[in-house]
Amino acid sequence: MSSLEKKQTLNTDRSRLIKDRFAQLSISAGGVMVLLALLLIFFYLLYVVEPVFESAKVEQRNTFAIENVEHVVGLGIEEQTEFAYVLYKQGEIAFYTVGDQQFGNVINSTPLNLPSRATSFANSAPFQGLYGYGLENGSVMIVAPKFSARFDYNQRVLTPEVSYPLGKNALQVAQNSSAITRFAFTHEEKNAAVLALTADKRVLFTRFNLTDDALCCAQQWSVKRAELDFSGRVDELLLTPDAKRAFVRSANQIYVYDTLDTHNITLIQVLSANEENANIVSSKLLAGANSLMLVNDNAVVSQWFEVNNDSERVYKKVRTFNVTQQANMHIYGEYYRRSFFTTGENGLLGLYYTSSDSTLWQGQVSEHAITQFAIAPRANAAVILAGKDISVLNIKNEHPEVTWSALWQEVWYENYPEPSYVWQSSSASDDFEPKFSLVPITFGTLKAAFYAMLFAVPIAVSSAIYTAYFMSDKLRKIVKPTVETMEALPTVILGFLAGLWLAPIIEQYLPAIIALLFLLPGSILATALAYSQLPARIREQLPEGFHALLLIPVIILITWLSFAMSPTIELWFFDGHTRQYLTSELGMTYDQRNSLVVGLAMGFAVIPTIFTIAEDAVFSVPKHLSNGSLALGATKWQTLMRVVLLTASPGIFSAIMMGLGRAVGETMIVLMATGNTPIMDWSVFQGMRTLAANIAIEMPESETGSSHYRILFLAAFVLFIFTFIFNTVAEYVRQQLREKYSSM
Amino acid sequence: MMKEWFRSGTPWIWLTGGALSISLIAVIGLLAMIAVKGLSYFWPAQVMQFEVEGFVPKQTVIGEVYDSEIVPREQLSAAGYDLSAFNNAEFKRLLIKTGNREYVDLDFRWILTTDIKSQSTPSGLAVIERSKNGYFYGYISAVIKNGETITENNQAVLNSLIERAVALNKQAHKLQSDDIGKINYQLEQLRLTQKGYELDNEFTPARAAEIAKQQKQLYKQSQLLETELFALREQAKRDQVVVTDMRNEQVTLEISEVLAIWFPNDMSVFDKLGHYFMQLGKFVSDDPREANTEGGVFPAIFGTVFMVMLMAVIVTPFGVVAAIYLHEYATKNAFTKMIRIAVINLAGVPSIVYGVFGLGFFVYVLGGSIDQLFYPESSPTPVFGTPGVMWSALTLAILTLPVVIVSTEEGLSRIPSSIRDGSLALGATKIETLWRIVIPMASPAIMTGLILAVARAAGEVAPLMLVGVVKMAPSLPFDGNFPYIHLERKFMHLGFHIYDVGFQSPNVEAARPLVYATAFLLVSVIIALNITAIRIRNRLREKFITLEH
Repeated sequence: MSSLEKKQTLNTDRSRLIKDRFAQLSISAGGVMVLLALLLIFFYLLYVVEPVFESAKVEQRNTFAIENVEHVVGLGIEEQTEFAYVLYKQGEIAFYTVGDQQFGNVINSTPLNLPSRATSFANSAPFQGLYGYGLENGSVMIVAPKFSARFDYNQRVLTPEVSYPLGKNALQVAQNSSAITRFAFTHEEKNAAVLALTADKRVLFTRFNLTDDALCCAQQWSVKRAELDFSGRVDELLLTPDAKRAFVRSANQIYVYDTLDTHNITLIQVLSANEENANIVSSKLLAGANSLMLVNDNAVVSQWFEVNNDSERVYKKVRTFNVTQQANMHIYGEYYRRSFFTTGENGLLGLYYTSSDSTLWQGQVSEHAITQFAIAPRANAAVILAGKDISVLNIKNEHPEVTWSALWQEVWYENYPEPSYVWQSSSASDDFEPKFSLVPITFGTLKAAFYAMLFAVPIAVSSAIYTAYFMSDKLRKIVKPTVETMEALPTVILGFLAGLWLAPIIEQYLPAIIALLFLLPGSILATALAYSQLPARIREQLPEGFHALLLIPVIILITWLSFAMSPTIELWFFDGHTRQYLTSELGMTYDQRNSLVVGLAMGFAVIPTIFTIAEDAVFSVPKHLSNGSLALGATKWQTLMRVVLLTASPGIFSAIMMGLGRAVGETMIVLMATGNTPIMDWSVFQGMRTLAANIAIEMPESETGSSHYRILFLAAFVLFIFTFIFNTVAEYVRQQLREKYSSM
Repeated sequence: MMKEWFRSGTPWIWLTGGALSISLIAVIGLLAMIAVKGLSYFWPAQVMQFEVEGFVPKQTVIGEVYDSEIVPREQLSAAGYDLSAFNNAEFKRLLIKTGNREYVDLDFRWILTTDIKSQSTPSGLAVIERSKNGYFYGYISAVIKNGETITENNQAVLNSLIERAVALNKQAHKLQSDDIGKINYQLEQLRLTQKGYELDNEFTPARAAEIAKQQKQLYKQSQLLETELFALREQAKRDQVVVTDMRNEQVTLEISEVLAIWFPNDMSVFDKLGHYFMQLGKFVSDDPREANTEGGVFPAIFGTVFMVMLMAVIVTPFGVVAAIYLHEYATKNAFTKMIRIAVINLAGVPSIVYGVFGLGFFVYVLGGSIDQLFYPESSPTPVFGTPGVMWSALTLAILTLPVVIVSTEEGLSRIPSSIRDGSLALGATKIETLWRIVIPMASPAIMTGLILAVARAAGEVAPLMLVGVVKMAPSLPFDGNFPYIHLERKFMHLGFHIYDVGFQSPNVEAARPLVYATAFLLVSVIIALNITAIRIRNRLREKFITLEH
């Protein structure tokens, strides 16, 4: 061999080794990928869920000083949080830039041309974005800061201006021109209403409707007037945005009026609403205007809303919040959510959420007393006036409605008679409060799994025992794959059959289904008894493990019989109409797509899972164990019970765990075979909504990054954890068992 | 004696046997039912003519018997029927599919058998399958060819006219979807190119002129094609057929809307067989019509196959590599145990969780980033940042990964170690042994795993609902426009088709047979795949049993 050739071989050897090394590395990396994939799923789900539980943050963006602070009556900040505006008592709005680039520059200062001197000032509900001046001549002027957008070189440019949604003329409220000293108002599309206290101590309710005048081109405001039957001290006036309820606070008394019909305003309730040893200092309606929030001078805020109480709806105190103590407290709500802020003398700000009963943030935002406060439409910023300074606060409060306790404990939602577990993620109305309780859907998941297991476990485990222990090898080789074929059946087909074929059948032949529960075991035993009476000669001719085949015609016959007899049974036991009987006699409601249907269909889907693993476990019990027992004179059944099953029990347990894991996560069957109503009821004749089905239904329409979206991820995460536990336990038990067998 | 018998355990053995029989009856019964209901959909049923009178006013009802049920007397009384003339305890009623949807209120109606005065299967009753409004039943009374009425021997003429109209419609459809579709696609590409230039500030007047020129040319072509299309449609509208329906009224139907006509009462068994296979062929090759409740399922078949193939391409390398790692490289330690638990868990995690993960991670994170990097001009319309066939394939690839791993590993474990030792002893490196000896021997096992994975993926619906399946995809993920394969598109899927048509369609009753047919198609494909996989695995097992001894 020449040296040249030798060198080449060495070279190739080296490159082969490098290749080998490289292959080892990349294959190992590939193997680790599996673990990474699982971890990625785990952490990604967590990553999406996590912001839900982050606490709120409030920090100062910037601050600037203004003059004539004593004349400021209102504040506001627009949706992009680029502009803030200040309303002055003399009738003037000043716009300031508060964006990150420019801060504190005056854009313009617009006079409002009030026809007479302003004697009072009021805000509308935040989402309406309106401000009103009550005037000395008994009229009210309503203004709205507007920001018109235009695009310059693909860049949005906002221009502030003032608009007059109810016209540039003030609306006359007090016909005797008595000055308005206090008022509340609302304006929605073609309707407006004003609740006003005049200088001559009258409380007036005035409703304005925009009518299209057919004769003339102009639209006109038609007016309806009423005077509330109230005399005494008036501290605050409140009006709901739909103008159906008016509230008059007189010290610690709240007078609630029904103002739906202007000509028939009735006092419906008087609340003595103060906390013990405390006085009410301020009040506000929360977003949605269902809740009345009252601030007491002992730093307790109480929430009141209407609940059903023996056929009538009354305002009731639902919960209280302990807020930070300071003098001169005020309360402010958000545009759409049920969050509220408290401010006061010491410059302390508190942020709370009502339904989840949580304190989101508390802290000092200024050295001075906070005299004005306004939240941005998206609730991501607020503007305050403290001392002579206007400050913009950045607020990060994405998911106030979600807390661990709100997800898993009973919550008293607005207008509900009592605290309850509710899942209701969306609705057509804007002022709807989403209700995210995972309890009803987790309950549904467990209920579905329970009924499925109730059906599947006895059948699957018995079948597995019989196949592994009593059946001849030849037959077993046919039977096992046949049952396992079921596993390959797409669940969408099982769900379709369950929903459209099985559910109507069960509804129609309910008595037959109930009868089968007793008739099937009975007939099997009867067959067995009859068989045992046969002469031994005939019995010996039948090979081992043919019981099952022998029983097939019997079972088919009995099933057919009970279906044919169904109307007769119905007549005998259920007065001829089972569903009516259930409802009237037993007080059970019957849904067509109920737990029974799901139990059967999903049970059918998990039978092969349990069967395969349990059968393997029983079959792989070492033969010398059972042979030993049989040799000692035990019967086959005794051997099975005392030896084989005892040894195989961990395997059977693991099979059931695997089955449970599958039942918990199954989507299509429950989606199609139940009504998907998130109710909590163990009744076998009612449906449920499961975690998996809930995700399938709501995920496609949930907005990315919203609380709803993240909670659906949380539902997926809960499912992941459920099945992770079941599978890991099952796998661990199986591995232990394998080691045990191999040592036998 | 009974007590002794119970103590012997025999009854319990019988009970376990009974449980097994129940499972067997359930499996076989279910498969048989799907097969019967699915396959009978295409069989041309007899069309019955009933003369009814009684609870309904005297009339003639023509249609197919769709279903029948027994109703107890009480239920009918409760529904307001006056049953004093009868003394039966129960009544039978038939569900008749009467078709003619635009002329009667409901195209299905229940008829009590007591109302039926006479029934017959008259010859000459035609079933007309239409592209709109479902089936039409009636007697052909005349054929209008290009304005002139032909009465004699109209069956043969009619068939030729239908063939002509179907051919013209097909041509028009092809023109619309292929040629005009192509132009629209090119126009959209031009718009995106222009926007891309604008974003980079490179939209020079020269380029503007070039794009404008191309656009103009395309518009011109498109106009030409549209004229052609309208001409074709006009031609197709030439002929009509006059049918007498069950109200004994003459109804004129456009032949351009007729897809086929047959006379089931006059057909021999062979004719029916021929018709059966023709309908079956149409079912697998046609597009769906009437909100998926009629027509074929071709796009769903195509979508399923395409997505599953894409998934197979992704899952095979990863699954095989992971299995080789676990079996050939990994030492027995805690880390390997963790990987095994990960594999088991990947197999056990509910499929909907993969859907959620796929939507969040693949679609929004990966897809969103791809859009930002490569398709800024399409913004705000997402390209990959929205559910699509690629993300579905990827999601299902993770879902089926354990199937491939378990199956491949089992194959590897059956290869006797003596074979590996022999190769190593001859001086081969480990990877050479694997590549040349072990993997070829394990290839049937890999194949098994792959087939099982495909079978699992083909039946999975829940995750797809989140990551890319739709009820009606406007275009297939594969067409004649460059780059031919469109991985970002949404697709249709057989399993989802079943869910959608069975549960979301407005006319569930009419759509039900179609759902059974689709279910049968899906089940037979999946079972066939499974049986093939099991066969391959068993062959492999036997082969290595002989090697070991």
